Amino acid sequence: MRSDVRRPATRRRPWSSVATQAALYLLLAVMSVPFVYPTIWMVFSAFKPAHEIFAVPPRLFPQDWTLDGVSRIFTVTPFAQQYANSLYIAVVVTIGSIVVCALAGYAFARIRFPFRNGLFLMLISALMIPSEVTIIPIFRWVSQLGLMDTHWPLIIVPIFGPQCVVGIFIFRQFFLSLPGELEEAGRLDGLGRVGIFLRIALPLSGPAIAAVAIMKFLNSFNMYFEPLIFLRSEERFTVGLGLTQYQDTYGEAIYNTQIGATALTIIPVLIVFLFAQRQFVEGLARTGIKG
Amino acid sequence: MSGIDTATAATTRTGAVGSRRSGGRRPARTDAAVGLAFVAPAVVGVIGLGLVPFGFVIWFALHDWNPLIGEFTWTGLDNFTRLAGDDVVWGSLLTTLAFTGLLMVLNISLALFLAILLNQRLRGITTFRAFFFSPVVVSTVAWVLIWGYLVADNGGINGALSTVGIDGPNWLRDATWALVTVVVIQVFKGVGMNMILFLAALQGVPPELKEAARIDGAGAWRTFRSVTIPLITPTILLVSIVTMIAAMDVFVPIQVLTSGGPGRSTTVISYLLYQTAFRQNDFGYAAAIGVLLFVVTLALTLVQWQSRRRWVHDEV
Repeated sequence: MRSDVRRPATRRRPWSSVATQAALYLLLAVMSVPFVYPTIWMVFSAFKPAHEIFAVPPRLFPQDWTLDGVSRIFTVTPFAQQYANSLYIAVVVTIGSIVVCALAGYAFARIRFPFRNGLFLMLISALMIPSEVTIIPIFRWVSQLGLMDTHWPLIIVPIFGPQCVVGIFIFRQFFLSLPGELEEAGRLDGLGRVGIFLRIALPLSGPAIAAVAIMKFLNSFNMYFEPLIFLRSEERFTVGLGLTQYQDTYGEAIYNTQIGATALTIIPVLIVFLFAQRQFVEGLARTGIKG
Repeated sequence: MSGIDTATAATTRTGAVGSRRSGGRRPARTDAAVGLAFVAPAVVGVIGLGLVPFGFVIWFALHDWNPLIGEFTWTGLDNFTRLAGDDVVWGSLLTTLAFTGLLMVLNISLALFLAILLNQRLRGITTFRAFFFSPVVVSTVAWVLIWGYLVADNGGINGALSTVGIDGPNWLRDATWALVTVVVIQVFKGVGMNMILFLAALQGVPPELKEAARIDGAGAWRTFRSVTIPLITPTILLVSIVTMIAAMDVFVPIQVLTSGGPGRSTTVISYLLYQTAFRQNDFGYAAAIGVLLFVVTLALTLVQWQSRRRWVHDEV
């Protein structure tokens, strides 16, 4: 027993010694550089004149601060429109996904119905199919329905398609952990299944809703492949697709504009992340899948 | 049956019975209807937008299909025989495997290393956790665009190297470096997620076990290797499967950074599929390539899953 008490103390002493701590901080700081520096470089480079972006030797801070790059962001492409497109698509996808995933997750966790295990297994196995593969038939249907260059496929596919399975899984795990007594009380009060779900289970599922909302919003807002396939006209583009247009269409002259536009898409997400760090990290870790 | 259950549920005060049976005193038929109605949107969606399209991919692979000229003709297994003899496809499969292998090794070892660092008791450690995790929330396009500037021939990385007298290559235009560069950029983007999963696993290792190893005379490294690592092998398995599936599908960094070049040195399968379908309008052949991608990914997943008995703790 004595040694039990003493040993953690002797063990901890090296770590608490100033030198080791300093070394550890130094290591962490060095390791952080490739994760943090690109963002810092991006913010300062947005205020450089275009020719300074590749200046030799490279500098972090602009020599001549200028708003040339930033001022062009909204004029050379319909960036504000593209930003609005991405935001509204992400909001619709997030709300739709919460409805679809919460309903299914609750049923798989709490309701006994025919083929429950078989259907759940089917959903999980659908996760294995790469979306780059299924996009070929979906592309065919979208063009046959005349929905090319509209936002419909970017909204419908993420809400109802195989991507919804991760959200269902999160809700299912959450509802499994909810004490049954709460529902029993509602049942005794005469609530039906739907009533129990709406009045008791759903209001308690804040953490699951937050996890699914963060995941779906980020996935939708950061989407690139699907807009590349389905969208044709600039004013319907999403923001990710819009960013690459600065490069493709206008070439070298407006590097600083592209960097400024990229900053405008990244910075709001990072600010929200810093304020709600715990929810982000724990919520996304809960999803486990899909970085 | 249901009557007896109702009586039990009504008289018991523990509530355990009620929670174990999801039926409660509601008739089973209502529950079945509500349950099926609740899962219907997701089930119909996943069938219609996942499983059915996948069946169609196989069907399309048996056709020559060019939507531009309205061609859609049955060709049987022609696309697959063409696939078998197509050096471009096999080359890009090798590129995909090289990308995936390198990414898994770098990502998983770095994630584990960072998780161990973050598991130390230090003031301000959550700030570093936020630093390492932050690229996960950033969009891949934005992340690789910025890195594209940094790794350009006269970009920041080579500028920094030149100050110590190293003449760096043109990372993305050099056939030997392009793939490695994309892998490294992609590792920085995604390693934070795996790091968090490992951190959670490390924090789940019971301190008594480490303490027992220490009392038995094991040093820090020996304890880590023989106690900690075996206990987190289930997480390593999960992380390596998920990381592999994501790496096999990689598309955005290739499209934005290298367009598959220089030469074909970074043309991974999903990029080849995209080019074949949406640039060359050879949708039938692209479907066959998609089937190949799925089969290889599935096979590699099953290999990892089967291997778990050899190295994952608690698996028999």
